[in-house]
Amino acid sequence: MSDATETSGPMLAADGRPLKASLNRALRRQKLRALMLIAPLLIFILVAFIAPIADMLFRSVENGIVEETLPRTVEAMDEWDADAEPVPGEEVYFALFRDMFVASEKKIHTRLGSRLNYETTGISSIFRQSGREVEDIAEIYEDQFDDLNENWTEEIFWAELMGDPDWFAEASATEDGPGPDFVLKEGMEDRLPLTTEAYLAFAEFTQTEDEDNPASENVWPLVHAMLYHDLTGDAAIDGYTGFGSEELQAAKEAVAEFEAVNYKQAFLDIDEDWGSADVMQTIKVYSPTYTPGYFLTAVDLQLNPEGVEAQPDDQAIYLKLFWRTVWMSLTITVATILLGYPVAFLLANLPMRVSSLLMILVLLPFWTSLLVRTSAWKVLLQQQGVINDVLVWSGLINEAGRLVMINNQLGTIIAMTHILLPFMILPLYSVMATIPPSFVRAAKSLGATNVTAFRRVYFPQSVPGIGAGSILVFILAIGYYITPALVGGTTGIFISNRIAYHISSSLNWGLAAALGTILLAAVLILYWAYDRIVGIDNVKLG
Amino acid sequence: MTDATVNDTGDELILDKGEPPMWGFTVPVVAVFGGFFGFLAGNTNDAGLMGFILGLIYGGALGFILNSFVPNRTAGRWVVIGLTAVLGFVLGKWGGAAAGAIVGAVMSWVAYWIGRGHYRDGVPIYATAGQTLWHNTYLFICGFIFFFLIAPILTIIPLSFNAENFFTFTPEMLSLSPEGYSLKHYQDFFTNSDWQSAMWNSLKIAPMATILAVGFGTLAAIGLSQPHVPFRRAIMAILISPMIVPLIISAAGMYFFYSRVNLQGTYLGVVLAHAALGIPFVIITVTATLVGFDRSLTRASANLGADPVTTFLRIQMPLILPGVISGGLFAFITSFDEVVVVLFVGSAQQKTLPWQMFIGLREQISPTILAVATILVVISIALLTTVELLRRRSERMRGLAPS
Amino acid sequence: MQLKTLLLGSAVASIGGMAAAQDMTFVSWGGAYQASQQKAYVEPYLADHPDMSITWDESSAEAVAKLRAMNEAGNITWDLVDVVAADAIRLCDEGLAMEIDFDEMLAEGDDGTSAEDDFGDLLVSDCFIPQIVYSTTAAYRPDLLPEGAPAPESICAMFDTETYPGKRALEQRPINNMEWALLCDGVAKEDIYDVLETEEGQDQAFAKLDTIKDDIIWWSAAAEPPQLLADGEIVMGSSYNGRWFSAIEEQDQPFEMLWDAQVFDLDGWIIPAGLPEERLEPVLDFVRFATDTQRLADQAAYISYGPARQSSAPLVGDHAELGIPMGPHMPTAPENSQNVFVYNYTWWADYRDDLDAKFQAWLAQ
Repeated sequence: MSDATETSGPMLAADGRPLKASLNRALRRQKLRALMLIAPLLIFILVAFIAPIADMLFRSVENGIVEETLPRTVEAMDEWDADAEPVPGEEVYFALFRDMFVASEKKIHTRLGSRLNYETTGISSIFRQSGREVEDIAEIYEDQFDDLNENWTEEIFWAELMGDPDWFAEASATEDGPGPDFVLKEGMEDRLPLTTEAYLAFAEFTQTEDEDNPASENVWPLVHAMLYHDLTGDAAIDGYTGFGSEELQAAKEAVAEFEAVNYKQAFLDIDEDWGSADVMQTIKVYSPTYTPGYFLTAVDLQLNPEGVEAQPDDQAIYLKLFWRTVWMSLTITVATILLGYPVAFLLANLPMRVSSLLMILVLLPFWTSLLVRTSAWKVLLQQQGVINDVLVWSGLINEAGRLVMINNQLGTIIAMTHILLPFMILPLYSVMATIPPSFVRAAKSLGATNVTAFRRVYFPQSVPGIGAGSILVFILAIGYYITPALVGGTTGIFISNRIAYHISSSLNWGLAAALGTILLAAVLILYWAYDRIVGIDNVKLG
Repeated sequence: MTDATVNDTGDELILDKGEPPMWGFTVPVVAVFGGFFGFLAGNTNDAGLMGFILGLIYGGALGFILNSFVPNRTAGRWVVIGLTAVLGFVLGKWGGAAAGAIVGAVMSWVAYWIGRGHYRDGVPIYATAGQTLWHNTYLFICGFIFFFLIAPILTIIPLSFNAENFFTFTPEMLSLSPEGYSLKHYQDFFTNSDWQSAMWNSLKIAPMATILAVGFGTLAAIGLSQPHVPFRRAIMAILISPMIVPLIISAAGMYFFYSRVNLQGTYLGVVLAHAALGIPFVIITVTATLVGFDRSLTRASANLGADPVTTFLRIQMPLILPGVISGGLFAFITSFDEVVVVLFVGSAQQKTLPWQMFIGLREQISPTILAVATILVVISIALLTTVELLRRRSERMRGLAPS
Repeated sequence: MQLKTLLLGSAVASIGGMAAAQDMTFVSWGGAYQASQQKAYVEPYLADHPDMSITWDESSAEAVAKLRAMNEAGNITWDLVDVVAADAIRLCDEGLAMEIDFDEMLAEGDDGTSAEDDFGDLLVSDCFIPQIVYSTTAAYRPDLLPEGAPAPESICAMFDTETYPGKRALEQRPINNMEWALLCDGVAKEDIYDVLETEEGQDQAFAKLDTIKDDIIWWSAAAEPPQLLADGEIVMGSSYNGRWFSAIEEQDQPFEMLWDAQVFDLDGWIIPAGLPEERLEPVLDFVRFATDTQRLADQAAYISYGPARQSSAPLVGDHAELGIPMGPHMPTAPENSQNVFVYNYTWWADYRDDLDAKFQAWLAQ
């Protein structure tokens, strides 16, 4: 040591580098090698598993559908102060008319209706109905233009009026298919802004969705309605001399006499609920691209214009389900401890040859199809099932007193205890196998009774096994869904069953994702605790 | 128990635990067992008390006669089984005969077990009567739990031979008449193209998923067991996540994501999904074997001039092989028994056995499912025996005598 | 597998086998129903088209969710999907199913009526090609009824736990159950949907269901009620008439059907929207073949569901294996359809979401 302090430089390794640097380098290399070994799997899991989960959970806040489907309405609603007037004015309904028309052509309005229906029941049917009837509103204008001059319902006339001459020449010569991409005639956007917007939507939809040529397809009546508004408003067509200028001039003079539509009234005629503050405010509240709405629903709250409030009692089910999932999982965990502990103790204290054979009995059900085991429990537990039959046959209960053990919570608890028992026995066994028998013997030779020796010496050493098994069983239990679905009836189902229901039946994927996120968060907290208390390395399977 | 004989002051110990007194213990205890069965049998004919008394007599007689006059245990037991079965047949046809044979087997075993003092085999020589009773009660409880574990499997095996298309024990089955049984569900499994293609799909998917899981998993487990791994906890959590994320969330997530990258409904998609689900098992089992791994072995190997690859193949691999194989088996079973994810990620061309079973439960309940399960149980027993043999081999390799 | 080898063999043998082998994926329900489709249309079709092959996907129960996800991902892997009418309406509304030009795409009836007239009222959606009429109806086991109880004659026996004690199985959804509840609570058949539209009407239906809530075993797969009834777990239950037929006639179970207030429903094909031309063409060809008069009538030889074409009805013959005439087992047979409840598709399309939510909350209480 004294040498090192006297030489002024750092300590050197055999190759002449400073020892510290050399050690660091070796450590770095070691780390790198370890990471290189882990990397393939880590990347695999991240891509094949974590990314899908993240993608799924993102749906719990994503709410772009309202703005995508009703962009103009959302914009118009910004101006509307819901506190001052419970129902918005004409501008919002005018925007709604335009959005609804385009959406119903694209057939995306019912999807939005279903989505908003999750928040306020009844919206779905309003949207469906309005989608069917919104065209009638626009046709009021279409008919009037048609009466004025039949050119106004000729697709070719519209194409020449709105389209760039080069595009028109090419498109009108195209016999089949969508033809060249639509190009707008210069200046039309300034002359007829609303009409242009509607026509562009029509042309795009016709070409991309229907794969047809706009020059040979009936123009949407929406275009006529917009033309009316352009012509009654500030259309700058006076300087326009190109194709159709005469018709436009004539129309401009005529529109003053046209029958005008009150959009608000028109929507109210379709369904009076369009005048309900609930419906309109729901649209406004859920117009942002991201929403906490699904999460609130997942904990039995709802988002109102006034803020967050509790769901009515007849619809509040999720907290109850979460709670049920937790307490039933706890019950199952306790049951597996009670059943698993004696068995694991026996296995750990028998000679290896015998215990290996008994271990097969533990592993066998573990490896039998879950569906089959659950069906077998049905056969065993039902009222006319094996257990009841045996009890009745042996006279322990009478025919009328057959036990109800299935399609309720008991059924779920019995079947899941059975299914998860090996997950308790295996970690318990692996811990118990390491407890030296000499400790208990020593305690006894020091005068402890059997009970004391077990309670004070053996049991404390087996606690890590109980911890490992419990958390494993609990984590697996709260995510189960097939077994509760088959034997749980309506009172024995878990939150996962609702998630599955929302994914495949009600199609409320956002709510499914929110429920899933909450469930996953609970599981992760448990996992974290597990890792802290027991350490994930200490789990052994078989 | 043999170590008791080593004691020098042996004259104070009763080395031979001996047989319990015949009239003071054996006969009454066996009689009580007999009374229990008698009560159950009597109850079926609404004569519980009568049955109990007859059972007491039957049990007491058995305890006395077998232990006094029939020293050959095997012969004694078969005679009792036969006689009780005949008695059962008289009372309740073939079903009664089967019940009688079971009762006979149990009772004759009990008679010898009590009469010859075997009930004290598991407890130390100095144990009190209470401790012996507790010990045997404990064994009985364990037996009950083992029964609970395999009861569903015991139920499905006879049902798979049901002659009807329902999951019901028919009266014909209970009376053991041959009309109640048939092999038609097995025949259906082996001849129905749906079941056959499902089986082949499972056999194509599970091994590939297992190979992927084992390959990646083993490498990563070795990496994780190195002494200095940055972010070890976080990495471990990610790798274990497929086991802890509730299946329905995984299934839905993979469904949406795989659809987007054109993996949904492809063989590769299902294999990847199943591999991901199997990986935690491989990681857990392989890291568990590596925990006890003696590092000086690799150093010694390097010292003797082996390069890392040789060291891995010749030293590490044989030692962690049991962990790898058992992890692989878990991964295999995970894929082979997985229904939620494949239902979402797979399409018709990847219909696996559990999927076909799911359809079988939902659309047309058919005991073919039970026949398949029975076949799988037989295969599982074979696999588990293999694992056990492998484990014994590995213990030998590590120089530990198999205990 | 056997089918494929067969096809391969005949493809090699046929001289005209120039077109590349093409595979189509059909989605159906599995079980006996899918088998009837296989026998009645797919096998004859493939015999004429040895270059085609067909894969079945038993995903009809998840069809709406899966089609929506496929559409989202822009990757449609299905060619033809069998769904119930309500799902078809939903798919059509969301633009996930292709609109059908019935007269153009489907064959005329064998009596020359146009397809549109031949299907008549059953064309409940622009995207839906009906195949069969089935009904959700009840059945019971006479041997499980209490002694002296009269054989049930009306659906209201389901709500009469006094006379018919024991469990009953009902489908875990509001559709059908709400209507039956109101019907048995004294609402006239023609007023049911008007009543159900109101909050009070819904409460009334739930209140009626409440009276037997503890006695209901809810099923979600139609195969469950026959199993439950065979086990004696329930005294009566609702399921599809084809399931009951199969249990009674093919499995010799001692069940009796209760045709009262059976609810007609339709099952049929939809074609996913957005199929490319080269895939659409063979699908349309198949659909034209599979929904003609003879094929629909043939299907009835394998399962007791009524053909959706009027012109098929006279052609319904005997059961393929049992040889019994199938006519009397059709839900549409006059003696069975004395009291039919007509299921209002458009009403349910509008109110399904609302009532589903309330029904689930009611179940969870």
